Amino acid sequence: MNSSALKRGTPSLSQGEGWGEKPDVPQLLEVRDLQVAYGGIQAVKGISLQVAPGELVALIGSNGAGKTTTLKTLAGIIAPVSGQIDYDGNSLIGRAAHRRVAQGMALVPEGRGVFARLTVRENLQMGAYTRSDTLGIAADLERMYERFPRLYERRDQLAGTLSGGEQQMVAMARALMSRPRLLMLDEPSMGLAPLMVKKIFETIQEVASQGMSIILVEQNARLALQVAQRGYVMESGKITLSGESRELLGSDAVQRAYLGG
Amino acid sequence: METFLQQIINGLVQGSVYALVALGYTMVYGILGLINFAHGEVVMVGAMLVISSLTAMLSWGVPLLLALPISVVLAMAGCMALGYSIERIAYRPLRHAPRLAPLITAIGVSILLQNLAMMIWGREYHAFPQLIVSQPHHIGGAIINDIQIIIIIMALAIMAGLMLLVHRTRLGRAMRAVAENQHAAQLMGVDVNRVISVTFMLGSALAAIAGLMVSANYGLAHYYMGFLLGLKAFTAAVLGGIGNLRGAMLGGLLLGLIESLGAGYIGDLTGGFMGSQYQDVFAFFVLIAVLVFRPSGLLGEQLAERA
Ligand SMILES: Nc1ncnc2c1ncn2[C@@H]1O[C@H](COP(=O)(O)OP(=O)(O)OP(=O)(O)O)[C@@H](O)[C@H]1O
Ligand SMILES: [Mg+2]
Repeated sequence: MNSSALKRGTPSLSQGEGWGEKPDVPQLLEVRDLQVAYGGIQAVKGISLQVAPGELVALIGSNGAGKTTTLKTLAGIIAPVSGQIDYDGNSLIGRAAHRRVAQGMALVPEGRGVFARLTVRENLQMGAYTRSDTLGIAADLERMYERFPRLYERRDQLAGTLSGGEQQMVAMARALMSRPRLLMLDEPSMGLAPLMVKKIFETIQEVASQGMSIILVEQNARLALQVAQRGYVMESGKITLSGESRELLGSDAVQRAYLGG
Repeated sequence: METFLQQIINGLVQGSVYALVALGYTMVYGILGLINFAHGEVVMVGAMLVISSLTAMLSWGVPLLLALPISVVLAMAGCMALGYSIERIAYRPLRHAPRLAPLITAIGVSILLQNLAMMIWGREYHAFPQLIVSQPHHIGGAIINDIQIIIIIMALAIMAGLMLLVHRTRLGRAMRAVAENQHAAQLMGVDVNRVISVTFMLGSALAAIAGLMVSANYGLAHYYMGFLLGLKAFTAAVLGGIGNLRGAMLGGLLLGLIESLGAGYIGDLTGGFMGSQYQDVFAFFVLIAVLVFRPSGLLGEQLAERA
């Protein structure tokens, strides 16, 4: 496992590329030395990462690497053992999950977390829970229905009766209803047919192009790196490699471990 | 036929009360998976607060039309504060404890409240002030009085209001979301603790109204009245399918009817061996039968996944 332009470990951005650590670029999210444990078992062992405004960052790695744990910690569902999480210039340590949502963070969790006993429409309305601009919410609801016509057809159906792919659309649309500044997606392509994966990734690229910051966790490393500007590779709770997507895509280590090359 | 109609009326009145109390059990169960055995005591406190405040105000010469609404609001506020405190002090610290811990705590809170009530209000029965001459109306040989009519109408209106709240408002949506998946609800920005507190307060407000209804209907309240009433309302919630709001309403009304019809005909059924004093037996017969034959209740299919 050797890498050329890529840096190993963290912080690990190749110098002079104009992104990342340049002090004059304010980061939307800045994670330093984050450690997370379940009971006595360390799942995340001191990782650092940054997300700039409008940036799409991929977080890839094999099963059990700690990707989900990282996202849950960022969302505030799990409290870290140590480390810093700065969002929009303020520390998030000790801030309740629901307050992070109000500040513009949204997580589409692994397994989607759709409210099965609420209708599709109610699920989307839940996404807008922290908002009070009734007209804006209604307009966004229409926009989601336009983006996902299937959800419009199913709007009065209980979300639990939807197919896996449709539920993923609900989860995605619901997260977008909060108008997040930082959208965190945990394996949005899991269990989906190719056409649906394409649809979901088009949506990701579209909202990214509108200036939303995104952290994309994916098993499908190639797909993730194709849409992301930068990527982090996680293994056993550590970030082992990071850099620009095209460099990661070309690197031997990533090729061998994640792209089957 | 007259007795039959009369038993139906009595059953609906009693069932209305059960339904309101059962809603409190079922809302808390739906959201926390916890059986709040102290809920019956909240009903008792509601009844006591209404009677005490009403009696006091009437003795100060406050006109009835003013005193009644004030005492009802007072009782509701008192019960809501009580419900909030019970959750905050007794249950919240045990949120992640094994299920037996909050259950035993619930029984403890129930006993504590009974004893506190006994210290405050004594062991004697308290009479509900005679407010109005409750007119009896004759329908088909049966009798229904004003208070009973008011109880049924109020209960129906409150239940309709609750359904609207739960199914048509942002708060109701959040309550259902929290009941289904607390983590996901948090990720929507819902303050889960607040929603749980509000749920306890809502249930307690309904309990206060139920306390008003029973004490007005029977004319009496007693520090121990919450025990049996709570147990029966719990039975009603289980009968309807605990965790299911419609189930609690249906279960409440059904249990009221079963009890009252049972009490009316138990003499005939047993050839005079058992009298209507065995009325209470029916509720527990129903409870056992439901637990044996249909543990998920009449309308509850979601029990298994939560339990
Ligand atoms: N609730 C938990 N309790 C104990 N250990 C856990 C828990 N959740 C995750 N872990 C452990 O933490 C480690 C990281 O898990 P995590 O779910 O973050 O991995 P992941 O990178 O998301 O994996 P995958 O690609 O399979 O989703 C794993 O070893 C896992 O077994
Ligand atoms: Mg995962």
